Amino acid sequence: MSKSVIKTVPRAAARPNYVSTTNACKLCTPLGAALAFRGVEGAIPFLHGSQGCATYMRRYIISHFREPVDIASSALGEKNAIYGGGPNLKKGVLNVMKKYEPTLVGVATTCLTETIGDDVPMILHEFRKEFGDLDLPDIVHVSTPSYSGTHTDGWHGAVRSLVEQLCVEKTADTGRVNILPNMVSCEDIRHLKDICRDFGVQATILPDISETLDGPALEDYVKIPSGGTPIAEIREMSGARATIELGRCLPARTGGVSLEASFGVANHRIGLPMGLRESDRFFETLEAVTGKPMPRRYELERGRLVDALVDGHKYVFGKRAVVYGEEDLVAGLCAFLAEIGVDVVLAGTGSRGRGLERAVAEVTAGVARVAPQVREGVDFHDMAAEAEALAPDLLIGHSKGYTYARGWNIPMVRVGFPIHDRFGGQRRLHLGYKGALELFDRIVNTVMEKKQTDSDVGYGYL
Amino acid sequence: MKTGILEERRDQIHRTGEGAIDIACNRESLAGAVSQRACVFCGSRVVLYPIADALHLVHGPIGCAVYTWDIRGALSSGPELHRLSFSTDLQETDVIFGGEKKLEAALDELIDRHGPKAAFVYSTCIVGIIGDDLEAVCRTMSQKKGIPVLPVQSEGFKGSKREGYLAACKAMFKLVGSGDTSGISPVSVNIFGDFNLAGEIWIVRDYFRRMGVEVVANVTGDGRVADIGRCHGAALNLVQCSGATLDLARMMQEEYGTPFLRVSYLGIEDMADSLYQVADFFKDAAPGIVERTQELVRDELARLMPELARYRRDLEGKRVAMYVGGSFKAFSLVKAFRHLGMQVVMVGSQTGTKEDYAELEQITDPGTIIVDDANPLELSAFIKEKDVDLFVGGVKERPIAYKLGVGFCDHNHERKEALEGFVGMLNFAREVHASAMSPVWNFVPRRAARIAAREQEAVNE
Repeated sequence: MSKSVIKTVPRAAARPNYVSTTNACKLCTPLGAALAFRGVEGAIPFLHGSQGCATYMRRYIISHFREPVDIASSALGEKNAIYGGGPNLKKGVLNVMKKYEPTLVGVATTCLTETIGDDVPMILHEFRKEFGDLDLPDIVHVSTPSYSGTHTDGWHGAVRSLVEQLCVEKTADTGRVNILPNMVSCEDIRHLKDICRDFGVQATILPDISETLDGPALEDYVKIPSGGTPIAEIREMSGARATIELGRCLPARTGGVSLEASFGVANHRIGLPMGLRESDRFFETLEAVTGKPMPRRYELERGRLVDALVDGHKYVFGKRAVVYGEEDLVAGLCAFLAEIGVDVVLAGTGSRGRGLERAVAEVTAGVARVAPQVREGVDFHDMAAEAEALAPDLLIGHSKGYTYARGWNIPMVRVGFPIHDRFGGQRRLHLGYKGALELFDRIVNTVMEKKQTDSDVGYGYL
Repeated sequence: MKTGILEERRDQIHRTGEGAIDIACNRESLAGAVSQRACVFCGSRVVLYPIADALHLVHGPIGCAVYTWDIRGALSSGPELHRLSFSTDLQETDVIFGGEKKLEAALDELIDRHGPKAAFVYSTCIVGIIGDDLEAVCRTMSQKKGIPVLPVQSEGFKGSKREGYLAACKAMFKLVGSGDTSGISPVSVNIFGDFNLAGEIWIVRDYFRRMGVEVVANVTGDGRVADIGRCHGAALNLVQCSGATLDLARMMQEEYGTPFLRVSYLGIEDMADSLYQVADFFKDAAPGIVERTQELVRDELARLMPELARYRRDLEGKRVAMYVGGSFKAFSLVKAFRHLGMQVVMVGSQTGTKEDYAELEQITDPGTIIVDDANPLELSAFIKEKDVDLFVGGVKERPIAYKLGVGFCDHNHERKEALEGFVGMLNFAREVHASAMSPVWNFVPRRAARIAAREQEAVNE
């Protein structure tokens, strides 16, 4: 697309309100829950519904992480749909216990079982009574009808269920910090762990998918991969000195809110630490919570980031980006892109009512050259209709936007989930100064590559 | 060794040569067993998906549409409407008050926008529960828009993929007979059960062109609504993929008397045999067809065999396990691997029938494991037991193989390499070779330990 020189943002015509959805920019609720449950030590996600849901989601998740992803299903058939799925749920949990020997089964519902009205808490209560003589794993349940919310609701719902159903009493002070990291990459979680270790504070990161969804090559197949948040630590989250939950667009009730309300654990809700200022907020919060100064290596990382921003600023200044994906990721990207002089001309998410517009306004205030137009509850068809008139130079988001980038002949920077058409999505770092630097390198290089490829001259220096 | 097989699953596993084969199959997946199977909706969606000039609208919450958005390598030579993901994205209020109005409005909007030749409306789990009258909405919209709007009764929980295939065939059968058949050659076929992955149907169509056989309709790879409408004018139906389109072939046999042959375009024998079968069928109507076919096969093999031999040298003796959707593919692959000198030690499918498994037992070596509706733990146990060098399967099996340090070849609908036809056999050999011969296997724990032990032995001697 042609590069506009000057900053009059073309405004699209009145937006039609389509009934149908074309190329959705969201996934269904239980997928988020299944992913979150995968980040608990010894846990297996279990979908209460028909077999297809589990299989489709496994396929989708595997294509991103390139790891085995076992998700059990109660595999309801026609009779179960009529007479209730309770017996299959119980039988399924028993079978999973036999085969996987999990320490936790994370049960998420689906549209089918929500619609037929299965009372999952009651069924599980009966199950515990019926099979009380067995060595039962913890069973945590979350309600995730696919007709309500998106996969991020499933993720946050599962985290909250884990907290509320496992952490039921106030424990003695543990000195730990709870971190609810939001739906970030395995590498992001590893980085958060490093940061906490360098701060000299023990962190309970819930969930922790860093190893469970990005594990080493193995000699023997393990039923449930190693790693994940230890259940014993989840039980003790009430004794932590504070909770830091990442995300400006979280639901009103979260695990962090619940820990504060029930056990008085101070809850710090801050944005995903993406870009300089949101990372500053994160490190400041850690300093406040731990009472320790930021270790020198992070000062260096910050310094390196600022140095790089200066070195690369001209390549990206004034570029026009369309950004899409999960609401908090979009907010974080907008925060960073504003800092480097990239104009977000459109920011879209498939979720609704999560306050993305407010969040974007907050994180870009005082820095952004143009206020990003924010669209909630949109699909790619809606976004494309608007974006064409906005003449973007860059598309930033997960793999599913590729077809549009190709159509408009503009490059794409792949972030978030899913990355289905590139390698190593699980190892992409987005968070902290280091994540911002990695993102900056990629954005600058993407712009450079486009310029080099399109040039008749064939510059060897850029 | 502990194989991790649930008691209820024992009669779905058999070893060739060990007693009479009597595999229990086509039963519902066991709750909690992490089946590799999908659902009714998946079956319908797979079959109908490649019809490129039809609108495919998924009536349900967003998941079913979003997980099936452009995931398959089914190519089209023209329109690409099938690559878009359309959904009514049902919300809570729709579930409470019914989704019929929304469906109608969505169809109205999408048919106006895209001008499709037909629309398929897929029913999902909750549509079956909330009781939307799909038939009625489709009838109304069909009249209003002047194109066939066809309900596909594919509520996910009402069985497995098989029921989905049947629902898809029923929907397609409503199109059959709607078109003009004049001008169709008496030497003509329909290609059933090929999805044009990576352009495979174009390879097969070229063979038929060289034989002098007209192809009326592709069902469904690179498929067109109008072709399906006139496909009852063809003299013969060629059915590949045992589950997916056999129902349609039977319906056509009953209604129009169209005979059908079961074929496979995978591997050398099955490909050649399929062409010879067709030549034999038309030998009276098309003099010289048998000779033309022999020449075609000879030409293709003359080109293929020397190249194949190069790969065989490296691959000789390597062990293969495969887990596929339908078992027709397994038959062909067992033979294809013989050409590469490789030994099939395990073969399984999601939806095989008793007859399929009996046939597999016939063509496999003693000790080969035959399994119906397996799951990751079983598959990994078999991989270890048989010390497999290469696994053939779909995307869900890939990480299991890779995690254990075993080569892998994608033979599912997502593949991007053409594996059918004679040239497909070469592509297949190349891919198998590229995976099985990679040096990376030296470094995976399973093999690294063995190599280290061997080196230690050498030192000790």
